[in-house]
Amino acid sequence: MPTAPVRAPQRRHRAGALDIRNIIGGLLATYGVILTLMGLLGDPETDKTGGVNANLWAGLAMLVVGLVFVAWAALRPTYVPDGGAEDPADG
Amino acid sequence: MASWAPTVLASDTLIDAKAVDYLIVGLYFAVVLGIGLMARRQVSDSVDFFLSGRSLPAWVTGLAFIAANLGAVEIMGMSASGAEFGLPTVHYFWVGAIPAMLFLGVVMMPFYYGSKVRSVPEFMYRRFGTGAHLVNSISFAVAQLLIAGINLYLLGTIIQALLGWPLLVALLVAAVVVLSYITLGGLSAAIYNEVLQFFVIVAALLPLTLIGLDRVGGWGGLTDRITEAAADNPETAPAAQQLNSWPGNALSGFDSDLLSVVGIVFGLGFVLSFGYWTTNFVEVQRAMATDSISSARKTPIIGAFPKMFVPFITILPGMIAAVLVSEIADTKAGEEVTGGAGGTVTYNDSLLYLMRDLLPNGLLGVAIAGLLAAFMAGMAANISAFNTVFSYDLWQRYAVKDRDDAYYLRIGRLATVGATVIAVGTAYLATNFSNIMDYLQTLFGFFNAPLFATFILGMFWKRMTATAGWVGLVSGTLSAVAVAFLSEDAFGSLSLGVIPVGGQGAAFLAAGAAFVVDIVLSVVVSLVTKPKPVEELKGLVYSETPREDLVDADEASYPWYRRTLPLAGVALAMVVVLNVLF
Repeated sequence: MPTAPVRAPQRRHRAGALDIRNIIGGLLATYGVILTLMGLLGDPETDKTGGVNANLWAGLAMLVVGLVFVAWAALRPTYVPDGGAEDPADG
Repeated sequence: MASWAPTVLASDTLIDAKAVDYLIVGLYFAVVLGIGLMARRQVSDSVDFFLSGRSLPAWVTGLAFIAANLGAVEIMGMSASGAEFGLPTVHYFWVGAIPAMLFLGVVMMPFYYGSKVRSVPEFMYRRFGTGAHLVNSISFAVAQLLIAGINLYLLGTIIQALLGWPLLVALLVAAVVVLSYITLGGLSAAIYNEVLQFFVIVAALLPLTLIGLDRVGGWGGLTDRITEAAADNPETAPAAQQLNSWPGNALSGFDSDLLSVVGIVFGLGFVLSFGYWTTNFVEVQRAMATDSISSARKTPIIGAFPKMFVPFITILPGMIAAVLVSEIADTKAGEEVTGGAGGTVTYNDSLLYLMRDLLPNGLLGVAIAGLLAAFMAGMAANISAFNTVFSYDLWQRYAVKDRDDAYYLRIGRLATVGATVIAVGTAYLATNFSNIMDYLQTLFGFFNAPLFATFILGMFWKRMTATAGWVGLVSGTLSAVAVAFLSEDAFGSLSLGVIPVGGQGAAFLAAGAAFVVDIVLSVVVSLVTKPKPVEELKGLVYSETPREDLVDADEASYPWYRRTLPLAGVALAMVVVLNVLF
């Protein structure tokens, strides 16, 4: 853990990668990047979508939502009390 | 040789998935298994998992609450029902689920949470003793196996559509994947996976719905096309009935408007849905795992808000598929179309065909990931709930008592394997049913309708006796079975047709009969048998429980949007508005 802010007398640290918001945000943002690239580089298949570049727009939307989740987790972190031996390998 | 192989494969698969789609599906499984592995590897750090779970805001438990239910049955069944009946399908949500979820949070949760039971059947044991407990645990366990089988069947059809494997092979592979998913992920990671799954499903279904709406020309275009199709095919429900949720004659199967409304409100809304949402351990377990009585009560209420809008991404795509996808439109017109997941196209194939027709590669992968996620999590939820009830409520209490914890853990693992094997068999049977919702509703009628009657009477009437508990449950279930046999088609060709009601209406009627018979017999039997001493009823019956045990002392200091009752009021107002609008 880079910085472990201690505000309460009890020792605690950020949930970090285990914070569900980081997991959701990470997966959605990754999907967003893949779809955006598909929209820009791949065949938009407008005969299916009715003229809209669906991959591009859906990709951008997922990227934004994913980043909002990551930002939310960064700005309002979840703290968990330290319990037992910590595993330093976990980021 | 190489020249014909791809064409054979392409003609066998419903959906033409490309490398990018597999990449997206693969990423999802990597994350799911990653959560499971982290939970398994870092046993010392499991505090993180459990405590961050407990300190998570209520939106997480609320989403997990509805995600546990947002499985194959819900997504495929609701889109199938949307394609066949149209808008009246929303009753499963706006008359069915939401009021029941609010009732669970406001009225019943304090008893579940306050009595510190580990499962819903255990509450039954504390209140009514062995008889009712046995009936409840066994019927719940059996129902979970059946539903797990149906989830597995739908999962198998997706794999078949995606890879072109024979259904039996697809079923077996899917079962093995789910088995490893449960053993790897375990219960500790379940809540994480459910919340993650919720967002992947929305990411899958929302673009599909928006593109579909755009293709048919918006809501106006959709109504025009449905009106046109209904005029061409007098066999289907008239357009006015498909485009208005009330009175929903086609859905309920009643000719009379009044009977249809009564059937939907009392049968579907009051009996079936209250029975399902307020006594189903799979759902209630999520709320029971929170840190305070306030969070436990808010869990289903917060879940109600997204739940309200789920019909727009499940039923609406079904309705769009019925006019946009030629295979589904032809099926609706009464033709037998070859194709689909089971050889002949059924309404259950609506979503798959819509995905094929509308989604470019890329988004297609997200959609497949979303469906697979939903089906696996749904089946995992059924099987893990079965485990708990089988190991603790049945095996530990009745078969082999007083062994160490490791022994029951081993039993739980064996039960998981056994349940998966049985689910494969059930899934194979499910291939014979065209509209899965019919049979499912029938099942819920048998198991859940009398449960709600017994619970609610037991919670508010201290005089109700242990004998009345099991007599009510058994007689209620039997009367539901009897009504189903006497109806036109609740059991397919086995039904006798003495009562002129078919379709969902028969299920509503069976559920209603179960409820009334349960209440009447419970009251009669209670009056002639000896009640439990009142001092044993504290925390279990309203009049014997101190008020301060039922509410959270801290809650009064929260702002309104974090308090149980104002939130429930807002949800109720919103669902009334939705009912008026559609």
